[in-house]
Amino acid sequence: MKLIKYIIKRLLWGTLVLLFVSFFSFLVIQLPPGDFLSSYIARLEKSGMAVDNQSMVALRHSYGLDQPFIVQYGKWFYRFVRGDMGVSFLYTKKVESVIVERLPATLLLSFTSLLVIYLVSIPVGIYSARRQYSVGDFLASLLGFMGMAIPGFLLALILMWIAYQGFGISIGGLQSPQFMDQPMSMAKAIDFMKHLPVPIIVITVAGTAALIRTMRATLLDELGKQYVTTARAKGLKESTLIHKYPVRAAMNPIISSGGWLLPELFSGETIAAIVLGLPTIGPLLYRALLGEDMYLAAGCIMILSILTIIGLLISDIVLAITDPRIRLG
Amino acid sequence: MKTPTFFRGFRKPKNSEPNKFNALHSASQWALIWAKFKDHKLAIVGLYILVIFYACILFSPIITPYDAWEDSKYIYAPPSKIRIFHQGKLSRPFVYKQDIILNTETFERTFKPDKSKPYPVRFFVKGAEYRWLGLVKGNIHLFGVDPQTSINLMGTDVLGRDCFSRNISGLQISLTVGLLGVFIAFILGSVIGGIAGYYGGIIDNIVQRLVEFISCIPTIPMWMALSAVIPQDWGNLKVYFAITVILALRSWTGLSRQVRSKLLQLREEEYIVAAKVCGTSGWKIITTHLLPGFMSYLIVSLTLEIPKMILGETTLSFLGLGLRAPTVSLGVLLQDAQNLAAISAYPWLLISALLVVIAVLAFNFVGDGIRDAADPYKN
Repeated sequence: MKLIKYIIKRLLWGTLVLLFVSFFSFLVIQLPPGDFLSSYIARLEKSGMAVDNQSMVALRHSYGLDQPFIVQYGKWFYRFVRGDMGVSFLYTKKVESVIVERLPATLLLSFTSLLVIYLVSIPVGIYSARRQYSVGDFLASLLGFMGMAIPGFLLALILMWIAYQGFGISIGGLQSPQFMDQPMSMAKAIDFMKHLPVPIIVITVAGTAALIRTMRATLLDELGKQYVTTARAKGLKESTLIHKYPVRAAMNPIISSGGWLLPELFSGETIAAIVLGLPTIGPLLYRALLGEDMYLAAGCIMILSILTIIGLLISDIVLAITDPRIRLG
Repeated sequence: MKTPTFFRGFRKPKNSEPNKFNALHSASQWALIWAKFKDHKLAIVGLYILVIFYACILFSPIITPYDAWEDSKYIYAPPSKIRIFHQGKLSRPFVYKQDIILNTETFERTFKPDKSKPYPVRFFVKGAEYRWLGLVKGNIHLFGVDPQTSINLMGTDVLGRDCFSRNISGLQISLTVGLLGVFIAFILGSVIGGIAGYYGGIIDNIVQRLVEFISCIPTIPMWMALSAVIPQDWGNLKVYFAITVILALRSWTGLSRQVRSKLLQLREEEYIVAAKVCGTSGWKIITTHLLPGFMSYLIVSLTLEIPKMILGETTLSFLGLGLRAPTVSLGVLLQDAQNLAAISAYPWLLISALLVVIAVLAFNFVGDGIRDAADPYKN
């Protein structure tokens, strides 16, 4: 019962955050001088297309551009909730259809990256804590420092170069050009798998580095505690001992780290995708911002934030299940 | 070098235990922090690197042999080789003149050293005019060669501009963005976090929610969105400040969180209660009694925040959303290295990236060192 109450509380909270984010996204549309429609008209005129004055006035009215900010925001939000995110001038398509096209790749990459981060950082963190100051621990720390210091785009460039030089994998994207329009097949799947490692490494490196450090630090704290000595004294097998008690206690900060890991993940994903040319939402946002396609930009920020918030909710709920102090506190 | 007075008594008596004991007990907090910081080898290395970098920034027009915006005929010249053997004989360091050979079919430029005449590297030579710190006029450069040839320690770029000069100038922008940004974040974070932590209750709740809101938006997309709306017609200086403010808008949240939790903890201490009983004003309690109590923690998070900002600026500029040419920052320089063709043909363009990595590592090491030293009473 308490758990359900907690979940409902978090859901309400998530909705509130979403409102705030939507306000921020809308602010981004509004910030450039002049409204987006006048820049659209200017672009149309530049390309030599006739601008129908009447339809522009109609458009202006339907988007509420002749009304105060807060009304415009209300209209935009109302449309958004109903799944109408406006029109992308760059793609001359509805924003939602442009985004939906790229959603699967975004989700796939993010989810795989999250999995990789946990699968790598937990065992390495345990190893580092158990063999403190060993060669392996040193290497892990080194990797951690490098992961924090190398900018994502640089790593992407370097790995792309290595992949191209060393393994002859075509540069960028998630599949080779010859498979673009083909139906799913074994060859296509293998080709896809070959393209996956470079983006995954770029996205995960910073998060993995941070999580290894967290895992190592918390586990080291736990290992010094008396219950560990007690367990050893009563002759428990070392591996059972480690995995049954201290590791479990050290897991909670790892689960709650999902909170900051997800925004970080989408950040990394954005950079990697822009440099590597992946079909995800990040480059879409980039192109929208460069081309002042503001509805598309706002839509992208909203979607990325919604994904983050959903992820946060999940990590909160998982934490509430594993750690009774949170759902009862 | 003379030992600063404040820990002179602390270092000297190494062999006599009782004295050391006394010195340890009478040493000030900062002396203890410094002593512990010095044990952290990597932090000391980091500190040296940063001192060198910032010295380069301070004296950049003197250290650099050329103007960072000056074109030359040496387009995409590889880094100059400094030689010491001319025709088998040892001589002072010199460079050979580079002959440019243009392949008329591929239009590829290759450089061939003309080994007949050495051009010695001279020190304190006259060169391009500059204004040091915008005030002192000068034309003396630390090193250079005769104007018939050129010395490019890090090669040249697409317009034949000297990459060494450009990188040093780039450091100037890239490393100060972090400092200025952290300064803004520090003020925002400590004021807002301080108010939240000191007053607690509803104010605290509102601030906490605001911080959570902001942390829910992925950093890079948020930075990208904000910097994309910087008007195109803004001058270099304005864009520079706008970027630092944008970077700071994200960083203050973490800082305010730390200030708040530390304040909540300190608030319950008896000396604060005593001050309250004496009728000291809230502002005065925060600034004179509470802030010094966790200054070291603030400094730790500040040092660890600087490298994030440096990376942020570099990334934004690399993507063309941050600083723009003619401003030279390391990120702007890396725009030239955006594709694989450029990187494999002109690998020296990546030296800018190397500088970023070194600076960020140095800041992280120093931050780590300060973190370990921040609480000298722990052990």
